[in-house]
Amino acid sequence: MNKQVQIRIEKLFKIFGPTPAKVLPQVHEGKSKDQVLADTGHTVGLKDINLEIHRGEIFVIMGLSGSGKSTLIRHFNRIIDPTAGQIFCEDIDVMQLNTKQLREFRRQKMAMVFQHFGLLPHYTVIDNVAFGLKTQGVDKKTRLAKARQWLADVGLNGYEEQYPSQLSGGQQQRVGLARALCTDAEILLMDEAFSALDPLIRSEMQDQLIQLQEKLHKTIVFITHDLDEALRLGDRIAILRDGELIQVGAPKDILLNPADDYVEAFVRDVNRARALTVENVMKSPSNRITANTIGEALQQMKATPAVFAYLENADGYQGAVLKNTLEKIVRETDDADAPLCEKVIEDTVRVSPDALLEEVIPDTLDQDYPLPVVDEEGNLKGELSRSSLAQVLGTTTANET
Amino acid sequence: MSWLTDFPQLSRETLVAIRQSLDSAYRDFSREYGEVIEGFFDPLLAFLIWFEKLLIAAPWWLVIAIIVAITQIATRSWRLSAGVAVSLFLIGLFGMWEDTMSTLSIITVCTLLSIVLGVPIGILMARSDRAQAIITPILDVMQTMPAFVYLIPVVMLLGIGKIPGVIAVVVYAIPPVIRLTNLGIRLVDREVLEAATSYGVSPWQKLINVQLPLAMPNIMAGVNQTIMMALAMVVIASMIGVAGLGQPVLRSITNQYFTLGLFNGLAIVALAIIFDRVSQAYAKRSQRYMGGRSE
Ligand SMILES: Nc1ncnc2c1ncn2[C@@H]1O[C@H](COP(=O)(O)OP(=O)(O)OP(=O)(O)O)[C@@H](O)[C@H]1O
Ligand SMILES: [Mg+2]
Repeated sequence: MNKQVQIRIEKLFKIFGPTPAKVLPQVHEGKSKDQVLADTGHTVGLKDINLEIHRGEIFVIMGLSGSGKSTLIRHFNRIIDPTAGQIFCEDIDVMQLNTKQLREFRRQKMAMVFQHFGLLPHYTVIDNVAFGLKTQGVDKKTRLAKARQWLADVGLNGYEEQYPSQLSGGQQQRVGLARALCTDAEILLMDEAFSALDPLIRSEMQDQLIQLQEKLHKTIVFITHDLDEALRLGDRIAILRDGELIQVGAPKDILLNPADDYVEAFVRDVNRARALTVENVMKSPSNRITANTIGEALQQMKATPAVFAYLENADGYQGAVLKNTLEKIVRETDDADAPLCEKVIEDTVRVSPDALLEEVIPDTLDQDYPLPVVDEEGNLKGELSRSSLAQVLGTTTANET
Repeated sequence: MSWLTDFPQLSRETLVAIRQSLDSAYRDFSREYGEVIEGFFDPLLAFLIWFEKLLIAAPWWLVIAIIVAITQIATRSWRLSAGVAVSLFLIGLFGMWEDTMSTLSIITVCTLLSIVLGVPIGILMARSDRAQAIITPILDVMQTMPAFVYLIPVVMLLGIGKIPGVIAVVVYAIPPVIRLTNLGIRLVDREVLEAATSYGVSPWQKLINVQLPLAMPNIMAGVNQTIMMALAMVVIASMIGVAGLGQPVLRSITNQYFTLGLFNGLAIVALAIIFDRVSQAYAKRSQRYMGGRSE
């Protein structure tokens, strides 16, 4: 993925209260949120946020309730104005826009999806979807045609003339999503878009978002307080606490190297088997050999105490060979130059580097030796042992070792 | 130490002086500008007279037909329409047709005027906390000040007649529209507003497409109350020369005609019920989208 920066936030501060500018120096000094509230009655919404969001990624912002997620996302299109700091969208300095330019910016660049859908109750479903275009002044025929298309794309054919109150929560949020997509804005801001939905519908919506994203390659800023959702959707995850950015990184960084106790507490309960892939936990293969004959193989294996080795040749990974078996053949036939034929190569279960740990647990348990990790081209990428699996899956084990 | 036992009252002379100077100042003002202000209201007066004449001159069956048609369109209820037709017919049968038409015309005009003035004021109040802080106490005064008290300066300024009547009725009846427009707009769901903002609506688009439609249930409730209050003012307005059902009521008070008063009072009640049911049914029907998945 190319790493073009789409949104850049620099030194962003937001303080809520009657005279935020006067309180700002105290926040600069490093007073904590609670202290500032006690001393001045002002709430620190955001504190020194610096971050970059790349084009085409799903950037998840996570944090507990009150950590400032909604406040942060509302700065991107300046529904909330910062107390200090800068916001750039590509080469646009968002803070420099005047009222009219800002309006135009919101119409063209970003579209937002809300936790409680934010649909207009007095508009029909199709008019809701077309709302962004109506605001832009697109003529009725064009905008309704386009809205109908998007409505179909989110699977709501035939609901055009219903009112939002006649739809279920999941359906309403699909309308919200269609409304956002209908403007063709490059950036999608989703504030806990799926949090109000029940688990089954929620996971359906996640699937739908992933599918749409494969086609559309939008830049999506997604807020959630659910780590499983974050891990499922996020290319990168940012973690907020009390208005401060604690950690930004790929899902596996967050899971495997939590920056502090707060993040650790967050990730403790997550189902890692469902969040991590084989690639995240595999080790590089300890014994790989490239022999043609049994003799060569034994020769190469002598160097290590291992009882098995992964055999590779020009065509890629072939299978595993066991030292015992090879030695026995040599003893019995006394023919060290015999080719390594299929009889001696054991083609054990291979796992793909992209597989979720959950999928490979049974295979790993069945096997005495580490599983070879083989990619689509047939190359050996690493090995997955029972012990490394146990290490990441059991947090307690991880702490002990 | 007399102020401990007697209230430290201003002296009679001072009070008289205050009253006289204020009275004469106002009298001078009304002599000076009365004509200009009357001229300002001339178009309204012309419209009022034209409308009243129209209602009275039109054939009674046509007027009933039109009112029933409006009822039917607004409420889609045959029972209500039939009720309206019957009560209008009875009003005519008991000889109150002309007075009822006069009252109907003045109530219609006052209501329209209240909406035209009140909704924008309500919008202003919703947009600015300061405007709200200033206007709210004025509305309190308008609603609690006895109507007779503000009739005096109006009559001093404009004499007796239709226009002072309209002014008195509007002053008395306009607060609910203003209050409920303000309230309705302030109660619009924050997330819906945020959604609209995030799609780049202009303030005007926001008002027309989001705030007013969503405030409509409250605004309609305000309009309904305004109509009721305007009808309640009819008798008082008749004291300053407004024609209509109030006049006979007033006559019956002074002459103790119980039956005359009762009939005219009942006619006012009938008008009130018609206005109320029609406007409420209309408000309800226009909010069908709120109604969940029943349909
Ligand atoms: N308009 C406001 N006035 C005062 N304080 C505010 C305002 N909006 C937010 N805050 C404060 O800023 C902090 C962050 O709030 P925010 O809504 O961004 O949290 P959040 O992470 O979105 O929480 P949730 O998960 O509950 O939605 C909170 O302490 C909140 O009280
Ligand atoms: Mg929030």
